[in-house]
Amino acid sequence: MMILVTYDVSFKNDSGPNRLRRMAKLCLKYGQRVQYSVFEIEVDMAQWTKLKNELITVMDESVDSLRIYYLGNNWERRVEHIGAKEVLDLNGLLLL
Amino acid sequence: MRPLRNVIYIQTQNSWLHKDNDNLVLKVEKETKARVPIHKLQGLVCFGQVTISPYLMAHCAENGITITFLNMFGKYLARVEGPVSGNVLLRRTQHLTGHSIEKSVAIAQTMLTGKLYNQRYVIRRYCRDYGEQISDKNVLAQLQTAEKRLTRCLTQLSDCKGIDTLMGREGEAAQVYFGVFKHLIRQPDFEFDTRRRRPPTDPVNALLSFCYTLLTHDCRSALETTGLDPASGFLHQLRSGRPSLALDLAEEFRPMVDRFVLSLINRKQLFIKDFETLPNGSVTLKEEPRRTLLAAWQDRKQDTLLHPWFEETVPIGLLPWLQAQVLARFLRGDCDSYVPFLWK
Repeated sequence: MMILVTYDVSFKNDSGPNRLRRMAKLCLKYGQRVQYSVFEIEVDMAQWTKLKNELITVMDESVDSLRIYYLGNNWERRVEHIGAKEVLDLNGLLLL
Repeated sequence: MRPLRNVIYIQTQNSWLHKDNDNLVLKVEKETKARVPIHKLQGLVCFGQVTISPYLMAHCAENGITITFLNMFGKYLARVEGPVSGNVLLRRTQHLTGHSIEKSVAIAQTMLTGKLYNQRYVIRRYCRDYGEQISDKNVLAQLQTAEKRLTRCLTQLSDCKGIDTLMGREGEAAQVYFGVFKHLIRQPDFEFDTRRRRPPTDPVNALLSFCYTLLTHDCRSALETTGLDPASGFLHQLRSGRPSLALDLAEEFRPMVDRFVLSLINRKQLFIKDFETLPNGSVTLKEEPRRTLLAAWQDRKQDTLLHPWFEETVPIGLLPWLQAQVLARFLRGDCDSYVPFLWK
């Protein structure tokens, strides 16, 4: 299934940048960065449970926020892209 | 059903692949061109000058992602894969089955039945779709004779007692099939008289050879994933370095590849100018059109059809994997015989 993960990490305390970087790294592990704090992640349930857990551990729930959009298996017609920074279609032809 | 994982083809010369945080990163002259999460992949095919970092290679090996190196023209060079996976008992049974001539013949027979049946289907399908457009009575008659002769070969397969006689029947069928193959090509530029390989000397043969390589790659990965030994075949003789079982498994899918090649030509996705002749007389596809071919190949693999045995709609790309499963089930004794994929 396709999951859209977005987050806001507060820089109020010193560990902010550190958390931000770690969140980004975690998301990148499984998915594709589509905008700065927006990731498209196509995973199965097991992978997702693991990732979600890791994200929650890293974030500071008192100041950061994490929003998750479940796009399901039929996500292709729910996503439209306009403008620059076209992303790779990971299920299509990967010929580089 | 298991998800169909993607294969990444690297055609950019002098590119550098490395691993960054479970991502495969492709760099050309220090500029990042692409970034793909590795869990989406099942294979990596590199054409020509592609360098891979040892860390990425190790990661691929650990996760069962096979790396295939081809030269710039698509000729097979080498392959990197992790430890032999799967069940040793299954592999042992496979080898023991290979020792028994009787059992080998039985498996080879069903595999060839699949091949001949599917070859016949290619001709039938053509007659059904374009039969009315064929003005030349002679051609139509030839196609119908070929179909009948294939049917006869198909029934004769079940009488064969040895691998040699099976090979003989297969050879006969191939002669019949490739004898009329030229009639299935509807672009006058593309000429075909007979199947020639090592090296292919005309565009159609070049296309067939190239696509068979891709097919064998897929079959081999499928066997590997299932835990079978791709080198120990039943029909093809054992030879070191030769993926005999992958070649066996590929047999029943060859007609599907033939039709894929035909549709590339007939739908004018490829033209005669897309090929070049090398000094040694072999014909290859140029780099840009190869992109078209691989795109079409990946597309085709996403197409779905109903698998008659599993009674489930599956992507074509998973068929080799499913057949490998059937083979493994048969070897384990879970079912009475191997059931080839019959195209319909």
